[in-house]
Amino acid sequence: MDTRQFIQRDETCWEIQPQGAMRVPAIIYADAQLLEDMDQKVYEQITNVATLPGIVEAAYAMPDAHWGYGFPIGGVAAFDIDQGGVVSAGGVGFDISCGVRTLHTGLTVDQLQPHKQALADALYRTVPAGLGSRGRIHLNHETMHGMLTGGAKWALEQGYGEAQDLERIEEHGCMAGAESHYVSPKARERQKDEMGTLGSGNHYLEVQRVAEIFDRNVAKTFGLRVDDVVISIHCGSRGLGHQIGTEFLKDMAMSAAQYQIALPDRELACAPLNSPLGKQYLGAMRAAINCALANRQIITHLTRQAVATIFPGIHLGLLYDVSHNTCKVEQHTIDGRKKSLYVHRKGATRAFGPGHPDLPSVFKEVGQPVLIGGSMGTSSYVLCGTKDSEQRSFSSACHGAGRAMSRSQATKHWQGRTVVEELAARGIIIRSPSMRGVAEEAPLAYKDVSAVVDVADRAGLARKVAKLEPVICVKG
Amino acid sequence: MNSQSITPHWEHFEHEADIGIRGIAPTLEQAFEQAAVAMTAVVTHLDSVSASKVVCIYCEAPDTELLFVSWINELVYEMSAHGLLFNRYEVVIDNGTLSATAFGEAVDRQKHQPAVEIKGATFTELRVYQQADDLWVAQCVVDV
Repeated sequence: MDTRQFIQRDETCWEIQPQGAMRVPAIIYADAQLLEDMDQKVYEQITNVATLPGIVEAAYAMPDAHWGYGFPIGGVAAFDIDQGGVVSAGGVGFDISCGVRTLHTGLTVDQLQPHKQALADALYRTVPAGLGSRGRIHLNHETMHGMLTGGAKWALEQGYGEAQDLERIEEHGCMAGAESHYVSPKARERQKDEMGTLGSGNHYLEVQRVAEIFDRNVAKTFGLRVDDVVISIHCGSRGLGHQIGTEFLKDMAMSAAQYQIALPDRELACAPLNSPLGKQYLGAMRAAINCALANRQIITHLTRQAVATIFPGIHLGLLYDVSHNTCKVEQHTIDGRKKSLYVHRKGATRAFGPGHPDLPSVFKEVGQPVLIGGSMGTSSYVLCGTKDSEQRSFSSACHGAGRAMSRSQATKHWQGRTVVEELAARGIIIRSPSMRGVAEEAPLAYKDVSAVVDVADRAGLARKVAKLEPVICVKG
Repeated sequence: MNSQSITPHWEHFEHEADIGIRGIAPTLEQAFEQAAVAMTAVVTHLDSVSASKVVCIYCEAPDTELLFVSWINELVYEMSAHGLLFNRYEVVIDNGTLSATAFGEAVDRQKHQPAVEIKGATFTELRVYQQADDLWVAQCVVDV
């Protein structure tokens, strides 16, 4: 897009002053190149977000922002219930609480090398991936309720995981305020056989090597050294979250007039936070966050089982678990006063800085790990939260690279088999049930995540700690 | 050419992160049917799906565009909850209500090699309209 549409505040901060129905400015964090490469739709969508009732400070777009649904993907916006603030199903997205979890293995690349193929096979066999895969867990009415209200804590109680996992998950593994009675029978039906499944699209399980350390002190706190092997899991709330998003989007679109909300785009459908519909969505959305946390916890358990078949006695501890499609109540300082705000992050990662009271003691001094997933065959990054990001973006950072090319363009450019062979030549093993799926997710179909992460670092949204490179990728 | 003589058809259209589905046909019902065929084509090759199972769909909405999204989402639900793929549809629309029959079969990962799972139909690029040549168009982006 044309950078002349913005007032440039500093090297990475671009502002659109309120105009028309905008209640607050819109701010995009990017360098000139990333901004020029962004779709004009990001401009339209982020200025639309700025028109929503009760929005405070500004509508923000992260350096990886791209054309989304109502909100841009990479959008952050906070709402004040005392100023008629709203909650938006589109501002959270269909894949509620989609996120990334990274596990330590205690292995080095050299130790892994002779067993790479065997580990790839074991992971692919053990962790269900792709459309048509089913989990081994069947939820009945009672266990569904337990899962929806308990999250990863519930999964742990069922025997999936270790007690020390919980403190290394946002919300300590259990989202408060989940109201399972607002989760429809259809959403439940979609989920009852899907626990512990990866899904498809850009979701994956990846064995990675720490390729580079940028901040030695923080990396030490995070337990990362060059050539360490880690495992990252990227997935969300599966069919349950998708169904909740679908149903509330329609309900909110149909009731906007009743709440006298003028929607510039129907996809921005929202409801006042204090309305019955707003409260129902919050209750259901929080239950879906628990579903995602439980799902990643079960996949962690399956991963541990698979790895133990190749490396008996090994222990896989959590680095951290972050979600990047959420709306959460958080305390932020507005005009010198602490306020409770409903922070929407659609394709954006929470990035609490040092000293934040919600962080476990181990991360208190350095800030939370911010896990940025790459795409298949490209690098991922570990960053840490900063003090500055509180003022800059309600403590939020980017979440990934974003596509550079549509799925149909990608399948015209590449064949899945060729992509697998090319990655194999670079020492990266791919396991996937669908070669077309692999072609659609080809590495060059995505933007360069390194450029996005560099800008996030320079903008003070989060600080670079380590770069991870893929060794094995299980794709859905 | 008379629009009634044009064969109902479908196509995909570009979206940065996802994919658009579009049905084009002489009647509104056929445009809905064709867009649903386009959705299946996002997941798998149409030729690989046979019609051994039948599912009945019913939905309603206050306007035609919301009805279209509801229709696609009902199919997404059937595909997701019951592990199905469809290759043919018969749609009847009457006064804001849609009743339909979808023909398909259970997903077979070997046979269908499904590329992606569809999370839901979105309001993005959502349009249902009749062109100047009288052909109906029904379209939206699906999130995958």
